[in-house]
Amino acid sequence: MSRYRTVIGLEIHVQLSTKTKMFCSCSAESFDAEPNTNICPVCTGQPGVLPVINEQAVEYAVKTSLALNFDVHEYSRFDRKNYFYPDLPKGYQITQYFHPIATNGWIEIEDEDGNKKKIRLRRLHMEEDAGKLIHAGNSMKGESLVDYNRAGVPLVEIVTEPDISSPKEARLFLEKLRSIVRYLGVSSGDMEKGALRCDANISVVDEETGRSSNRVEIKNINSFKFVEKALEYEAKRIREVLEKGENVPQETRGWNMKEKKTISMRSKEEENDYRYFPEPDLPPLVLSKEYIEKIKQSLPELPDQKKERFMKEYNLPRYDATVLTSDKDLASFFEEAAKLTGKPKDVSNYIMSQVLRYMNENNIESIYDTKIKPEHFKELFELVDSGKITTNIAKNIIKDILKTGKSPSEIVKEKGLEVVTDENKIAEIIKKAMEQNPDAVQQYKNGKKSVIGFFIGAVMKETKGKADPKVVQKIAAKLLEEE
Amino acid sequence: MGYKKDQIKDFAEEIKEKDKDIKAFITIVDDPEVPESGEYKGVPIAIKDNIITEGIKTTCASKILENYIPPFDATVVKKLKEAGFVIIGKTNLDEFAMGSSTERSAFFPTRNPIDLERIPGGSSGGSAAAVAADMVPVALGSDTGGSIRQPSAFTGIYGFKPTYGLVSRYGLVAFASSLDQIGPMAKTVDDIAKVMSVIAGKDEMDSTTVDVNIDFLKDLNKGIKGMKIGAIKTVFDEQGLHEDVANAFEEFVKVIEELGAEVEWVDVPSIKYSVAVYYIIAPSEVSSNLSRFDGVRYGLRIKGENIKEMYMKTRNAGFGEEVKRRILLGTFTLSATYYEAYFSKAQKVRRKISDELYNSLKEFDALILPTVPTPAPKIGEIKDPLTYYLMDIFTIPANLAGLPAINVPFGKSGNLPLGMQIMGRRFEDAKVLRIAKAIQESTTKNKDGKTHGCYREIKS
Ligand SMILES: [Zn+2]
Repeated sequence: MSRYRTVIGLEIHVQLSTKTKMFCSCSAESFDAEPNTNICPVCTGQPGVLPVINEQAVEYAVKTSLALNFDVHEYSRFDRKNYFYPDLPKGYQITQYFHPIATNGWIEIEDEDGNKKKIRLRRLHMEEDAGKLIHAGNSMKGESLVDYNRAGVPLVEIVTEPDISSPKEARLFLEKLRSIVRYLGVSSGDMEKGALRCDANISVVDEETGRSSNRVEIKNINSFKFVEKALEYEAKRIREVLEKGENVPQETRGWNMKEKKTISMRSKEEENDYRYFPEPDLPPLVLSKEYIEKIKQSLPELPDQKKERFMKEYNLPRYDATVLTSDKDLASFFEEAAKLTGKPKDVSNYIMSQVLRYMNENNIESIYDTKIKPEHFKELFELVDSGKITTNIAKNIIKDILKTGKSPSEIVKEKGLEVVTDENKIAEIIKKAMEQNPDAVQQYKNGKKSVIGFFIGAVMKETKGKADPKVVQKIAAKLLEEE
Repeated sequence: MGYKKDQIKDFAEEIKEKDKDIKAFITIVDDPEVPESGEYKGVPIAIKDNIITEGIKTTCASKILENYIPPFDATVVKKLKEAGFVIIGKTNLDEFAMGSSTERSAFFPTRNPIDLERIPGGSSGGSAAAVAADMVPVALGSDTGGSIRQPSAFTGIYGFKPTYGLVSRYGLVAFASSLDQIGPMAKTVDDIAKVMSVIAGKDEMDSTTVDVNIDFLKDLNKGIKGMKIGAIKTVFDEQGLHEDVANAFEEFVKVIEELGAEVEWVDVPSIKYSVAVYYIIAPSEVSSNLSRFDGVRYGLRIKGENIKEMYMKTRNAGFGEEVKRRILLGTFTLSATYYEAYFSKAQKVRRKISDELYNSLKEFDALILPTVPTPAPKIGEIKDPLTYYLMDIFTIPANLAGLPAINVPFGKSGNLPLGMQIMGRRFEDAKVLRIAKAIQESTTKNKDGKTHGCYREIKS
């Protein structure tokens, strides 16, 4: 066991994909819109405006809370978090500080080896997003521009307990969280577009002395790829400071993508005093038991439930079920194809190998963004079963289907991939190979029967894998015995 | 009697003439919009300049908004226009409504029409002066700690602060959101009731408004026979209570008794904490509400080397002394270190004061007390802000508890008018007006035989 133990807690902001913003009726979907086209007096903080709570945002927050095993409170409140920044129109953010809508939840994560771990969640609260500051690239005057399209978009912030003990667990946690919000349909969960944002608190405990380092906060980890990297970097950095016998200052650091390291942003002394106090413009948020129960009943099947069901219903190994259910689209595609073909394990095999590899290589998020359809699997399996193509060929043409969306038989026809069943042609190839390699023939005669593989290989090479290996084996054996 | 489109320009000119010495208005609209329809078609109304009016400059009497033209109408303004009212101008106030004299306007002080040497009170001093000087029949003010009632008392008019949540605050530039309420100021209770019928009601844009339906006019003239009224005797503990005010209060009790109501003296001991509580809660909310004036999106901007410098220069040049004082006070009381000791404690005391008032009001139909401990002081007479703060002692409780309260002009100190206050149960605003109306009828008939000061009925 290592002398040092890493302790990580995460704070995650999830942007809710509601129709309108948290406190006004502007569209909440403006990622691609021209700057400052999705704004109104309320979300730009004009004098005299007041906030009105978006009911859909409350519904989404309750949904998320229930799916994450939180206690949802019938009474919660909004508060103001005060600080000055140009992207914050009112000079305060409306959030829930004193009485969040939900506390005390958990998420279960599972690694590749099936080891499970519960990560406790401290709280979930609702708040509004800020705008975006754009530092104009060619501006010589050092001026900045502000875009308020995002100002007021609803967020939920989820805070974990410090239960995460490695950067890898942090990644698994975020993947699970993303999968759940996507299952719920409450957020795109897209980290690159800022729909999921993660800050991390990390400290390292020296198990020998029992002493813990100060906590370091890392901000701006805005990509899945970097969560693990940033935390690994930071854990190592803190460990090294401890090893030198020095103190780790409590501070906030930012992840620098280019240099692949964390950089100090501000020390504890420079932290803002946010002067939280109850938002007087909004009455308490009171939810009825019935309302909460109704949302609970309407929750869709979540990844863990689906995984268990896949294992039972389709007889899949745990690993397959875990991978297939990690993404809502993948799971529903699989289920459709499995039902259509009646061969769940085969579908799973193809998806887990060919399909996912293709998606990874091409940075495709959803299987529905490829051209493959569940019907393609049905046709593909029929071609294999009827002996028209080999399994090898089937595997190879998946990529073409993914890319072009053409039917398997169309691709087989176009590329001439049908199985070579002509026994005369196969015999001819073998005879030719025997003539060219008399040594091999002699070895066979001397009793080294495994040499037959050489001749089968020759046929496969010549037919580009289209010959049925069983037929080739039969003919090769016959010819070699006759020799 | 409403004005027609071709008359309104002359009316605006008339106001300009009358306002020369008084300076009640920051903006007089040259060519005001006259609605085509509505019950009160063509009746002019003045609006306090911290209530947003689309296309008409709204300054809050602050340099930071000196040239701010809002992109929308406050809900009350929208409702008034729909009812036919003509927005004739925007009245002066203490900057962002912080003050009790209208001397704290960044532009100029307003003078009391009764005595030009004196303050009209504040912060709705412009609205009070405009009504008192017969420039307009009605005006809107806003009341956070007495800003409608106190200037009404100093200028001898009726000024009503409705129950918190009865009138939409959407479009009222926030001072202290949990205390602010818009209300009418006029020379008759009938006019107050009429404006209330127009502006009251649930507003989708203001989540703190409540869905109640009140008929302000139906029982207005039914008198107060058989009612039980509590006269707050704690008032006499107040050291700054002027002798004339004390006498007028006792006289006020007699008049109410003569009208057939039963008056009982009650103690509300916790009101002595109301000023202290108010000056923690209000500045706390101010420090947050005024953060948006940062020079980034609208209003005054003074350039700086960096963003922090721009903030500091803009806010330093844009805000006056009293506003800065309250922002500093509120920033302090909300800071993490002092939150428990000040803001949190003040909230608790606020609840205690409210509970005491609610309990008293279980026994009584209404509570009465003077509006202000003194008559209007002279302009510049009071230098120390604390003296002004202490003058709010009788008006603040209604704000802390969210109760409806009206100033009734009653009694005099020399030539200066005095005012008495009627405070009612939450959402029993109509009853408060009914009591005020009974007193108006009796005092005007008994004393000078004519309808007291009624300039013109606002009915078209
Ligand atoms: Zn908006």
